[in-house]
Parts: sequence; C-alpha cells; structure tokens
Amino acid sequence: MPERQQELNSYRTGPDENGHFGIFGGRFVAETLMPLILDLEQNYKSAQQDPAFYAELDDLAKHYTGRPSPLYFAERLTEHCGGAKIYFKRDELNHTGSHKINNCLGQIQLARRMGKTRIIAETGAGQHGVATATVAARFGLPCIVYMGAKDIERQAPNVFRMKLLGAEVVPVTSGAGTLKDAMNEALRDWVTNVDETFYIIGTAAGPHPYPQLVRDFQSVIGRETKEQMQEREGRLPDSLVACIGGGSNAIGLFHPFLDDKSVDIIGVEAGGHGLETGEHSASLAGGAPGVLHGNRTYLLQDDDGQIEEGHSISAGLDYPGIGPEHAWLKETGRVQYVNATDKQALDAFQLCTKLEGIIPALEPSHALAYVLKIAPDLPSDHLMVMNMCGRGDKDVFSVAEHLGVKLT
Amino acid sequence: MTTRIDTRFAELKQEGRAAFVAFVTAGDPDFETSLSILKGLPGTGTDIIEIGMPFTDPMAEGPPIQASYLRALEAGQTMHKTLDLVRQFRAGDDTTPIVLMGYYNPVYHYGVEKFLSDAKTAGVDGFIVVDLPAEEDEEMCLPALEAGLNFIRLATPTTDEHRLPAVLKNTSGFVYYVSVKGITGAAAANTTDVSAAVARIKAETDLPVAVGFGIKTPQNVAAIAAHADGAVVGSAIVDCVKDNLDEAGRPTAELVPHVLEFVKSLADGVRSTR
Repeated sequence: MPERQQELNSYRTGPDENGHFGIFGGRFVAETLMPLILDLEQNYKSAQQDPAFYAELDDLAKHYTGRPSPLYFAERLTEHCGGAKIYFKRDELNHTGSHKINNCLGQIQLARRMGKTRIIAETGAGQHGVATATVAARFGLPCIVYMGAKDIERQAPNVFRMKLLGAEVVPVTSGAGTLKDAMNEALRDWVTNVDETFYIIGTAAGPHPYPQLVRDFQSVIGRETKEQMQEREGRLPDSLVACIGGGSNAIGLFHPFLDDKSVDIIGVEAGGHGLETGEHSASLAGGAPGVLHGNRTYLLQDDDGQIEEGHSISAGLDYPGIGPEHAWLKETGRVQYVNATDKQALDAFQLCTKLEGIIPALEPSHALAYVLKIAPDLPSDHLMVMNMCGRGDKDVFSVAEHLGVKLT
Repeated sequence: MTTRIDTRFAELKQEGRAAFVAFVTAGDPDFETSLSILKGLPGTGTDIIEIGMPFTDPMAEGPPIQASYLRALEAGQTMHKTLDLVRQFRAGDDTTPIVLMGYYNPVYHYGVEKFLSDAKTAGVDGFIVVDLPAEEDEEMCLPALEAGLNFIRLATPTTDEHRLPAVLKNTSGFVYYVSVKGITGAAAANTTDVSAAVARIKAETDLPVAVGFGIKTPQNVAAIAAHADGAVVGSAIVDCVKDNLDEAGRPTAELVPHVLEFVKSLADGVRSTR
C-alpha cells in the first residue's frame, strides 16, 4: 500500500483503539483471556496518567538498571570499515545484560498496580526469562518461566541464572520445543490461572495492548539516543540499525525517530542458513500475513497456514513471527527490513570482540553484520547508530561449538 | 435462516433431552480412519459433530488435542482435506450437524470468503474459532452469518455480566460454555457452578447452551446434561484414538469400533438424565 505513505502525517500515532497498526495487531485471543487484556489496557491507561508510576519507573531505570546506557563511538570498527561513523547504543550494559529489563520493570510495576501475585513469562534465548526472574525477585513475586526444551539445552547458563533468581523454569516439549511453543504454554498457563497471574510478554508482539506496552517501555532506548547524539554531534543520526526477532529492541530504538524523515531506519532479521534454504527466521522477508499469539502479523507458515519453525544461530531470534508494528512499518515503507545469515553474524561477533573489546550477543551481531556490509560505502560524516541490545556472555559456549572449540 | 444445528436442537427440545456433541480431529490418525469414525458417529447417538481443524499452535488446547492435531498434520491433513472429509460424510448423512472448530490462521490463509463458500458447499453448518473473540467479529463471524452459517461463540467463567451481551450478540446456532478456566482436557468443573453459569447465560439468550471442557465420562455427561442443552466431549475421545494406535502410531483394527463404542457410552449419558 504505497499510497498510504503520502497520507501519513505521523508514524507514531498507532495503535488505534482496537490495537491495530494498519491491518496488523488486534486481539486474537480466547474469550477467557479477553476480559484480562481489556483490564490490562484500562490499567495501563490509568498508569499513563499517573506521574508516580513514571517516577518510580525512572528511579528503577537509573539505580537498578543503570540507565541511561552510553552512546559509544566504535572508533576501531569505524576505522576498519573506513566509511560511516559507527555508534553503539550500549543496552548490553544494563543490569541483566540486555534491553529486556526495560520492559520487565515496566510490566511488573503494572502487575503490582493491578494486585497480581504471580508472574509468568516465555523465553527463547533466556534473556527475557532472566530479566523477568530478576524483577520478580526484586519485588518478591513467584515467577514461572516457560522455555523450549531445545532452548534449555543451548542456553544452560541462563537457565541456571533464572533458577538462582528463584524462578521455576518449565521445559516445554510440545510442538517443536522452542520459543513459539513456550509462548503457547505460557498462554495456556494464563488461561488456567487468570485471577492472580500477570503474563510478562518479552517482545513487542501478542494481543493488544502488549505490542504498545512493550514498545513504550523500550522507547527509552531511542529517546536517550536522540538526546545523546544531539549532545555529541549536535544533530540527528543519519541511520539506525537494529536486529529483529520479535522486534522489541528495534521498535524501542526506532519509535522516537519514526517521524524524523531524514533518518534511515533498518531492521535486520535472522537469515539463518540463507533465505533460499528455507531455514531462517526472517518473517518479513520469507513469511506472509497471518494470525498467531494474539495478533495479525507476518508469520513463517506453509501453504496450509500451519506455522513453521524459524531457524537462527541465535535462540533469541528464531521466532516465526514479528511484532505487528514492524509488519506495518514494512508495508508503509518507513523502515527497511533486511537480513543477515548465521555465518555473517558469527563473523561480526568475532570482529567486534577483537576490535572493540565488546563481546556482543549473537542477536545484535546480526545488526552488526549489516553495519559492516553498508558502512564502508557511506561517507565519513554519516552517523550510524546500532543497538547493542545484549552482551554475549551467554553465547560463548554455543559460539565455541560453532567454531569447533572444545571448552572443558 | 435455519441450519441443521437449529433443526437438531428444536427436535431435541421436543424430545426433552440434551444434545450429545462429539469432537474428533479431522485426519486423526489418518484421513481414512477419521472418515470411518465420522461415518459411525450418528449411529452412536451423537447429535452434533464437532470436527477439529488441525493447527500447529492450538493455544487453548491441552496435551490430548495438541497431540491429535500433530498426528493429523503428520499424516498429511490439510484444510482442503478437512472439507473433503465433510463432503464425503455428507454424501451419506444429510441431517447430522457439523461444526468445524479450530484456530483462525489456517482459515485466514485459505481466504475467509472462499473458505466459507467451500465449507458451505461441503455441508458444514457452523464454526467455532477459538481465537476470534467478539472484538474481532468482522473477520469471520459476520461474513459467516452473511453466508447463512452459524458462528458459535465461546462464553467462559471470565465472561462477566457486562461482557456477556457483547459475546451473545452475533452468536448463532448455540452458545458454547467453557466450563473451566483453563485448557481442554482439564479437570472437570463443579456441576453447581456450571448450572448457575448456564442459567445466567440462558437469562440473556434464547439460544441453546452446550457445555464443554473437562467432560470425560458418561457420568460427567449425564451430570452436565441435567443442567444444559448439550454436553461436549473432545479430549477423552481423541485419547481413545491414541490408545488404539500400535507402537508405530498406526491405527489398529480395533480403533474404529473401540472409539465408536466409547462414544456410544458417552452419548448414552444424555439419555439417562431426564
């Protein structure tokens, strides 16, 4: 729908009152959950009018998470590329090691406001699970994390971390035993324990109001970036690059810039073994619109509308869907969506570690791979910001395996 | 419009008993076996047949129906084959109502208009789509009504009195009361609670109210049938299918007779109450 682009005065007004971004989003849930998400929406609206809610959240962001996260000039990487000036937004320095904590603190504050006494979450790589277990520990609430049995195997350090934090990690063996199945299982728990349970969804997807909630809580990334770039360079960046699984770090960085037409915005999906192999997690590039987990969005699916498994070297990106706002931003053309393969991400991971002394998570390594691809051809006054949304400590074991190194 | 569902409930009202509704998954464990089960169901005393449309990610289903959906998909079941199943059943039975139950994505992917038209031609009478609440009526509910097909809405223990009118508004055929907070195959609901909930719904609508989730035995069926216009059993039936597979997952020769025998014992439950 290219004509839509001309009509829009702003890309920042969504979703509408029914949770739609264009045709995407919505509230596709079982009736049992419908009253709960309406209640959540009402409570979020009232929290938005409450300065005390944000005062407490800001205080936690500053003293617990460690915000603002730095905007760092990646000097040696910039030299290496010989083109654009590359900055990292360092959300990997947050408490718990990724951007996920921004959202978890916001949602648990809502849970407390609503008098909920039990927290559930799904997790893929374990970053969201760890962040949820962390905030649940901080506020003394029991926490159950659903995690695919396969992911439990490849993310052992995060599983142990969650358990140390007092969370119960439930292995999910139904379906393929990965992130989408963990989300199904969390929804089944929620349907069963509706009265006392708050479901902290980790990405900017799910039924309305979740995509909006998560985006709002993650937008601190973009707001800080705007301010910090103004301070350092006296102007807006020229481009933003972020990796996309469900898309929460990306929408957090992008959203405050959507109406700044001079800023090129690029989302990098996980290309897995390459789009042509069919083994990837690039829902926008290789999927079609459909309905799953409460929203309409782009999904990896077969000819019969059955959901297909995503593949990525990064457990945090292999989700067969994507947040509905990204689906809409793709259709409007405001954001450009590309992808990077497992191999490219692995190369970028190693280069960044050696040149900058920063071990990135495999998720932002995808964004970095694309930065490495385009930065050399851009002029030296081009300001590029990449969201370093997670640190790679959790990935060293699986990276070692991919590189054929045996750790004892 | 009058569908087979309306006609069947009107007849049962005359008879003074509740409907027995059997749920089976299309293509479980394979197309031919499930067709044989379907053809045998009217003879067991089943009044209405619900056919599950297999989906990879059924978020309101417990392990038995999840497993049966995966068995069917594994055996190559598709939406087109599900409609074909209905067509073949209809060739020999023009009165037993058929409700297709499932999730929205396969329907959306098929194309709603085309699906409704193909389903109607095949002999389907109505739909239950778990992830289409009243808020999403424009997607499929209203087009289905337009096409002369029933769209059966779920009401649940969380549907309070403020919400109930919205839930009932575009419902037709019957109302499906989900008796427990939870997924299919869960523990049975307390009959007193169910009776109160059914009364609450019936005060707001003239439609029949059928009750499902957690109903597993002839005794459960009889208890529910005393308070509602219909009792639905699903998980226990698909588990009976599973129990009659050999080690390689192939149907044994006894599968169809065993399943039909079990369904007959359930269906007898609605005839033992009033």
